[in-house]
Amino acid sequence: MNLRRVAAMGRKELIQIRRDPRSLAIVVLLPLIQIVLLGYGARLDADHIPTCVYDQESSQDSQALLKRFQASRYFDVRKVVHDYRILVAAVDAGRCKLGLVIPWDFSRRVADAGHTAVQAVVDGTDNNSAQLAVGYAQAVVGAYASDVQLEWFAVHRLPRQAAAPLVVDYRTWFNEELESKNFIIPGTVALVMVLMGALLSSLTIAREWERGTMEGLIATPVTAAEIMIGKLLPYMLIGVFDALLCTMLAVGWFAVPFRGAIGTLLVVTIMFLTVILGIGYMISVATKSQVGASQYALLVTLMPTTMLSGFAFPVDQMPVPIQAVTYLVYSRYYVSALKKIYLAGSGVLDLWPQILALAIYASVIGLFATRAFRKSLQ
Amino acid sequence: MFGRIWCMVVKEFIQLRRDRYVRVRLIVPPLVQMLVFGYAATFEVKHLPIAVLDLDHSQASRDLLSRFTFTGRFRIAAVLSNERELKALIGHSTIPMALTIEPGFAALVRKGRTAHLQAIVDGTNSNTALIAVGYINQIAAQFSQDYARARIERLAPPVAAQVPQISLQQRPWYNPGMSSPWFFVPGLIGTITMMLVVNLTAFGIVREREIGTLEQVLVTPIRPVELMLGKTIPFFLVGLADVALITSVGTLWFRVPFRGNPLVLLLGTVLFLLCTLSVGLLISTLCSTQQQAFASGFFFLNPAFILSGFSFPISSMPRAMQLLTYLGPLRYFLVIVRGTFLKGVGLRVLWPQMLALAGLTAILLTVSVLRFRKSLD
Repeated sequence: MNLRRVAAMGRKELIQIRRDPRSLAIVVLLPLIQIVLLGYGARLDADHIPTCVYDQESSQDSQALLKRFQASRYFDVRKVVHDYRILVAAVDAGRCKLGLVIPWDFSRRVADAGHTAVQAVVDGTDNNSAQLAVGYAQAVVGAYASDVQLEWFAVHRLPRQAAAPLVVDYRTWFNEELESKNFIIPGTVALVMVLMGALLSSLTIAREWERGTMEGLIATPVTAAEIMIGKLLPYMLIGVFDALLCTMLAVGWFAVPFRGAIGTLLVVTIMFLTVILGIGYMISVATKSQVGASQYALLVTLMPTTMLSGFAFPVDQMPVPIQAVTYLVYSRYYVSALKKIYLAGSGVLDLWPQILALAIYASVIGLFATRAFRKSLQ
Repeated sequence: MFGRIWCMVVKEFIQLRRDRYVRVRLIVPPLVQMLVFGYAATFEVKHLPIAVLDLDHSQASRDLLSRFTFTGRFRIAAVLSNERELKALIGHSTIPMALTIEPGFAALVRKGRTAHLQAIVDGTNSNTALIAVGYINQIAAQFSQDYARARIERLAPPVAAQVPQISLQQRPWYNPGMSSPWFFVPGLIGTITMMLVVNLTAFGIVREREIGTLEQVLVTPIRPVELMLGKTIPFFLVGLADVALITSVGTLWFRVPFRGNPLVLLLGTVLFLLCTLSVGLLISTLCSTQQQAFASGFFFLNPAFILSGFSFPISSMPRAMQLLTYLGPLRYFLVIVRGTFLKGVGLRVLWPQMLALAGLTAILLTVSVLRFRKSLD
C-alpha cells in the first residue's frame, strides 16, 4: 500500500466529482432536499383533526362537551350538522376524519340513568391517525366525565376523592413533547447517507469502464486495494460532511434536540459509510454500467433502510420472521444509534451493541470489497 | 398505421424481455414492497413490551396490572424490584415503557383517596408512545370507574346506580380493525405503478437515443405520433397488469376488502397511468443519457412519494407543504384507490379527484407530446 498513490487516486476522484454537475448536486442538494421534504412531510402527529359534530340534543350539557372539543388543539370542529346523513357524507368524502354524535337524551341520561355514550365515528382508512384521534377524543370525554362526576359527588355530599381513585402520572423521556419530527428526522440522516453513498460509489468503477479509462488505470502501477481506498476516501469525507450538514439543519432549523456527542455521531457514521460505500463499490465492479449500478445500489440499500430499519415503522411491532430479517439490515443499527445519540444522548459505551454490529458489517463488507476488483481487462 | 404501431409495440415487448435491469425492476421492487408493506409496515400497537415495578404487592395493584395484559395491547416483559433497575432499563433496552405502583396503593384506593400510577415512557418513537398512552388512559379510566362504583356502593348504596358515567363509543368506519395492511396495500397500487411506469417510459426512449437506435427508427416510415404511441402503449399495458396483480394479491392474500365499483377504479387507473406516462415522456425529452434519466426520475419520484399521503397524512404537514402536494398525481389517485377499496364510494364522492387528475394529465400530456415531437427533430 503506497499512500502517495492512494492520495493521487483520491485527488483524481475529487476532480471528477467537481467536474460532474450531477454528482455535485447529489453531494449538496440531495441532503438538503431530503431533510426538508422529510422534516416537513413525514409527520405522524394528528393535530387539528377535521371534526364534524351532530349534536342531537343541543342542551347546555352537550354544548359544554362540544366546547371542550373546540378548545382542544387536536380537533378542528369544522361542521355542526343537523342531519346524520350529512355527517356520513362528510366522513365518506374525507372532509372530516371524526364525526361526533351526541344522543338526543344526553343530559337526561347523565342526570338520572347513570350511563350514557357519545358516539365517535372515525374514518379508519388511515388507521394510525384514526387511533390517535380516538385516543385524544377519549381523553376529552374522560375529562368531561370526571368533572361531571365531581359535581355529582358534591351534590350528594360524598368525598371528592372517591370520584378519581386512579390518576396516571406520565414522565416522558427523550422526546418529551412526543413530537414525530424528533422521531423521524434523526433517521433521515441514515437515508441521506444511503442515497448519497450508494449512488456515488456505485459509479466509481462502472464509470471507468464506460468511459474507456479503465485500460489507462490498469496500466499504472496502482494496486487494486489502492484504487478502492483512493476512490472511496473522498466519498467518506463527503459523507461525513453531509452527516454534519444534516445535523446542523436538524438542530438549527427543525429544533430537534441533539444531546449526544459529535464524536459518537462521527464514529457510527464512518462505520456505516464503510458498509454503504463497500456495497456500492462491489455493485459497481459487478455491473460495469453506471445506470445498472446505480439502480441496483438503490434497490439493495434504500428499500431496506426506509422500511426495515425502524426509521418510521417500529421493528418490535413487525411479525417475528420479519423482525429476524431486520437483524440482517445494517441500517437498523445505524438508525437506532442515531436516534439514541440525538434524543437520549447515548455515548459510545451505551451504543456498544450497535457499534459491534456495524463493525462486523464494515469489516466483512470491506474484506469482500477489496477482493471484488482485480486489475485485469477480463 | 395500426400495423406500424403494432410492430413498435411488439418490438418494445421483446426489448423489455431482453433487458436484465428492466426484468429486475419489474419483478423485485413490487414483490418486496408488497411483502414489506403488507407485513412490516405497521403503526398498530400490539403486545407492546412493558416493565412493571409493583412496590405494593396488593390485590388492587395486581388487578390494575393484569388489566394491561388482558387487552392484548401490552405484554409484561420485565418485572422489576427497585427503582434503580428501572432507570437502567428505559433507553437502554427495547422496552419503551415502565409502570410503577408505589407502596400504599391499595390502602389509598380502599380509603377512597386518589392513588397514582406512574408511567415512564420512552418518547423516542413518539407515535407508538402516543397510541400506548391512549390505551393506558382507557385502562386507568376503566379501573377508576370500577373502584369508584365499589366505593359508592359502600358509602351510599341507594344512589350507587346513578353515578353519572359518560363514555366514548368508537366506531371506526371502513377499517373496523384499524389494521395497517388495509391502509397500505391499496396505496401500493399507486406507488408501485408510478415508479415502474415513470422509469420504464423515460428509460425506454432515452435508451434508444443513447445507443443510437432512435435514428434507425426515425428513418422508417413511422410517424412521430405512431412512434410515441408504440413506445407508450406497452408501458400502459404493463401498468394495467401491475394494478391487476396488486389488486388480486391485496384482496386474496391480505384480505383487504374491495367495496366499490371496479369501473371507477379502472377510470382512475387509466387517468393515473396516462399522467405517469406523460411524466416519463417529459423526462425522456429532458435527458440524453440513461444516467440523467435515472437522476431526473429520482428527483421527481422521491418528493412525489413523500408528499402523496401514502404513509404520512397530508393534514399533518405545514400549510406550504400541503399546497405542494396538490401538484402530485399520486395524491389524487390514492384517494380514489382507498375510496373504492375501503369506503366503497363512487364518482359522486370522487369526482373532484378525478377532475384534478384529468386536468393534471391534460397539462402534462400536452407539454410532453409537444416537447417529444420537438426532441425528435
